[in-house]
Amino acid sequence: MNRVKAFGLFWWEFVVGDDWVSAAGVAAAIVATAVVAAAHIAAWWLLPLAVVLVLYLSLRRATSDQTRTQSNR
Amino acid sequence: MSAVFLVLSAFLASAVEMVEALTIVLAAGVARGWRSSLTGVAAATIVLAIIVAALGPALTVVPINALRLVVGGVLLVFGLQWLRKAILRASGFKALHDEQAIFATELASARDAARDGHSGLDWYGFTLSFKGVLLEGLEVAFIVLTFGSAQGSIPLAAAGAAAALLLVAGIGIAVRAPLARVPENTMKFAVGIMLTTFGIFWATEGAGAHWPGSDAALLGVLAFVCAMSAVLVAHLRNRHRALRASGAEA
Repeated sequence: MNRVKAFGLFWWEFVVGDDWVSAAGVAAAIVATAVVAAAHIAAWWLLPLAVVLVLYLSLRRATSDQTRTQSNR
Repeated sequence: MSAVFLVLSAFLASAVEMVEALTIVLAAGVARGWRSSLTGVAAATIVLAIIVAALGPALTVVPINALRLVVGGVLLVFGLQWLRKAILRASGFKALHDEQAIFATELASARDAARDGHSGLDWYGFTLSFKGVLLEGLEVAFIVLTFGSAQGSIPLAAAGAAAALLLVAGIGIAVRAPLARVPENTMKFAVGIMLTTFGIFWATEGAGAHWPGSDAALLGVLAFVCAMSAVLVAHLRNRHRALRASGAEA
């Protein structure tokens, strides 16, 4: 069981890493693309736009700690 | 056109992983002897070949749209992780990856470990090389299988990875030192951009949407991801500079 858990953790760490919120954002954007495409509406623009938002928010989270430390000095 | 992208992406992504594996193998070889280190490499290569032979054919029987949806989604999440770290490094928020320092650390711990010479092999050197090659090799196998299967050509992706292997192994044999001179963050940045581009392209197609211009849209997505990354690096660089300036004043 421990080996299965370790195997799962290895792949989770490898693919998702330390930012599961971005992974969830990407998954939600893919679902939204599928829903819009199923309604026969052009949906190709949705994922690129979502990627900008997801990456921007992820970078903001990653840099906010340093910014907070600096402003508290 | 997408075949060139496919080979180039597999080449770059594989080269980055292979540089990391080579650093570990060289540290084990220098500190514990080349015989054990190279035996570890050979054993890991055999295990990897078995894994690829088992997983490769299984992927080809999955319907292409379902495969593109899953592979595109996974590549996008995976690519964004690389891109985020590369942007943080390029803007100064994260330290650059230093292969020289990693080599020194691996070398020191390899030298400190006790020797255990059963069967004429040094097991520490063997295990260090085996683990390094297996883990980094698994990442290469993942890239080759996902890229190759979603694009319908595992051999092309494998050719890219094989070219990277020849280049990295050739340089490794020639210099016998860590590949610190390889601009690793630049390579990682390029890989992050490629993975994200393919991820967006395939996940969108897999979800049932159609790109205007079909395959040619891949170039547009690539340009979009490059522009987005450049803007984010510039924005974070300015922020980092402002932070340092306010830190110096305080």
